[in-house]
Amino acid sequence: MATVIDGEPEIKTFMPDEAAFKRGLAGRKTRGLVWQIFFIASIVIALLALAALFLNVVNSSFGLVASTFEIDPDEVVEGGDLQAASAEQLAAAIVRIRPNPAKVLVRDNLSSVPTNEFTTRPLSDVLSGHTIPPGIESKTINELTPEELGAVLVANLSTDTMLTYVSADIVGEDVLETYPLFDSLLNRGAIEAEVIEEFGGEAENVEVYFRSWLRPSFIVTKQSSDPIATGISTALLGTLWIVAITVLIAFPIGVGAAIYLEEYSVSKNPWAERFARVIETNIRNLAGVPSIIYGLLGLAIFVRALSAITSGAFLGLDGNGRTILSASLTMALLVLPIIIINAQEAIRAVPSSIREASYGLGATKWQTIWKQVIPAAMPGILTGTILGMSRAIGETAPLVVIGASTAIFTDPNGPFSSFTALPIQIYQWTTRPQPEFRAVAAAAIIVLLVLLLLLNTTAIFLRQYFRRQLQG
Amino acid sequence: MTQNGAYAFELKNVNIYYGSKLAVNDVNITIPNQKITAFIGPSGCGKSTVLRSLNRMNDLIASARLEGEVHFGGQSLYEQNVDPVEVRRRIGMVFQKPNPFPKSIYDNIAYGPRLLGVRSKSVLDDIVESCLKDSYLWDEVKGDLKKSGLALSGGQQQRLCIARTIAVEPEVILMDEPCSALDPIATQAIEELMRDLVKQFTIVIVTHNMQQAQRVSDFTAFYSIRKEEIAGGKENRWGILAEYAPTGRLFSNPASEETERYIRGEFG
Repeated sequence: MATVIDGEPEIKTFMPDEAAFKRGLAGRKTRGLVWQIFFIASIVIALLALAALFLNVVNSSFGLVASTFEIDPDEVVEGGDLQAASAEQLAAAIVRIRPNPAKVLVRDNLSSVPTNEFTTRPLSDVLSGHTIPPGIESKTINELTPEELGAVLVANLSTDTMLTYVSADIVGEDVLETYPLFDSLLNRGAIEAEVIEEFGGEAENVEVYFRSWLRPSFIVTKQSSDPIATGISTALLGTLWIVAITVLIAFPIGVGAAIYLEEYSVSKNPWAERFARVIETNIRNLAGVPSIIYGLLGLAIFVRALSAITSGAFLGLDGNGRTILSASLTMALLVLPIIIINAQEAIRAVPSSIREASYGLGATKWQTIWKQVIPAAMPGILTGTILGMSRAIGETAPLVVIGASTAIFTDPNGPFSSFTALPIQIYQWTTRPQPEFRAVAAAAIIVLLVLLLLLNTTAIFLRQYFRRQLQG
Repeated sequence: MTQNGAYAFELKNVNIYYGSKLAVNDVNITIPNQKITAFIGPSGCGKSTVLRSLNRMNDLIASARLEGEVHFGGQSLYEQNVDPVEVRRRIGMVFQKPNPFPKSIYDNIAYGPRLLGVRSKSVLDDIVESCLKDSYLWDEVKGDLKKSGLALSGGQQQRLCIARTIAVEPEVILMDEPCSALDPIATQAIEELMRDLVKQFTIVIVTHNMQQAQRVSDFTAFYSIRKEEIAGGKENRWGILAEYAPTGRLFSNPASEETERYIRGEFG
């Protein structure tokens, strides 16, 4: 670029001079900084949204409640804390406060003789098959001392069963008002004053206490129309059954489809190739189809057309097609695209050098796929499965369409049970008019989130295990 | 497919295409048994393509197509009834970049025999030991056969790949620039190994390194590029076999001027 004019060498340059360069550099760095701030802000906003969600849920799950009691819990067990009471304390309370209903409890839960013989036959007959404390085998139920009756309860009923009975039938708690966690912590005095003013205090058997709606008995109890006594065991088991069967169905089919598309569809025949690309495009589109559409599909095919299979009728079971199996098949359709797409990416990422090395040793195509490609792709395949599983846990719409019922009071025990699931149960509770159910729903949300976290953690550990296998 | 005569491979009028594009034109070559034959030539001359046609590795590329005849021990490799899986088991391959499986050293070598149905632990132990000894790797790894093959150095990985290849007892080992990713010391170890292996195996090696071809090979094939202008200012390029002779003669007294210019380093 140098030209010579009048003997003086003049350097001609297209680059900016020193001052312009400095100005330009400052501008370039500023633009970079602006973008960097934007990216950090994105993360901060995301974290804030997550924190708000979590705080909101926690805020509703714990807090003060104002309740009336038929009997003050202090009179039932020492200290008034039913949750912490031992089996012996609960049994003693039942026998002391409700001696006759205690016998009914035995009759309903343990008796193996007809009702009209319950009080006349010896305990060795009445309680056959259950534990009978020593020395009372020949007595009838009415001849027992309170201590002996208590021993029968302790020996045969779980603490949870007795706790449920004590809470519902003896203490007879009725929640008048619930307060969120942060209010409860900061304004306890004001809340207590308000409760006394509105409902009356100790004299009316109204008590304010701190209640965790998320409690062990909440997880193991079936649902009930009483918010104090309700639980999520039915919904939790329903969700676990659905997710388990969904993964069992979708994992092998999804991975199989991915293997076909990546390894077998590539062909010297251009039409076969084109056909495979059409399938692939459609799978990608299916991943974006609204879940309610899958619900309608599931209703038409699994619940109705295939009801002979999904209801278990072919095994001689009664019932309709609105079963866990139908839900799982629908969910499997829903998560298949996710699993297929991720498995395809994982298989594609396996270096061709590994394939060539295997073929070079005289491996067949299937040996190469089974012994090299799948193990190397496994971490990626599991990532897709984790994503699919999380989706299956959270989906509500398709389950509603295929007819998950919320009024289910027995825990599911297999693929042919009717069912409800956690998100449906949560939705149903939030629509109830009683404010206590919102606290119950919040507690169920925490259970759902923890379940999601647990399943994902398991899958991530599995993925790390396969990754370590590959790295040696 | 038994080996007979002095020639392992005989290629007649071989053209190789990728799709409609001609990659190698009219290669005629005979490759002798139990010798090292080197393929040299500038980038894009098709020497690797020819090498990969010898054990039907090009079959893995959907668009690749071969015309002409490739005979191995008197048997045509591209007949309908020839199974490429069997071809590759008899004609092993070592690649440019060391590519051990993400498995232990032991499993890397046992992989091939296991594919063929060898299950006995004691037999596999023997194979692993003898192959590691044959590839000069035994003394370095014998205490730690459970270690991942990927944890070895580059040169060790390449010797592991050679050990893995000879574990299935092939008749030929094809080597596609086996030292191009290695340092000079590791390269020297591989070259010594090749001189040793040629007592049992026929070796065909593609190399960019003319000194390497001179050091290790018995015969050298020089491939070159031909071009043709086509419409639109573009050009077609394809590879040809330009000269083939015993290594000493090709380097000391090349028949063509092109070969001479290449071995003097004037292009490539």
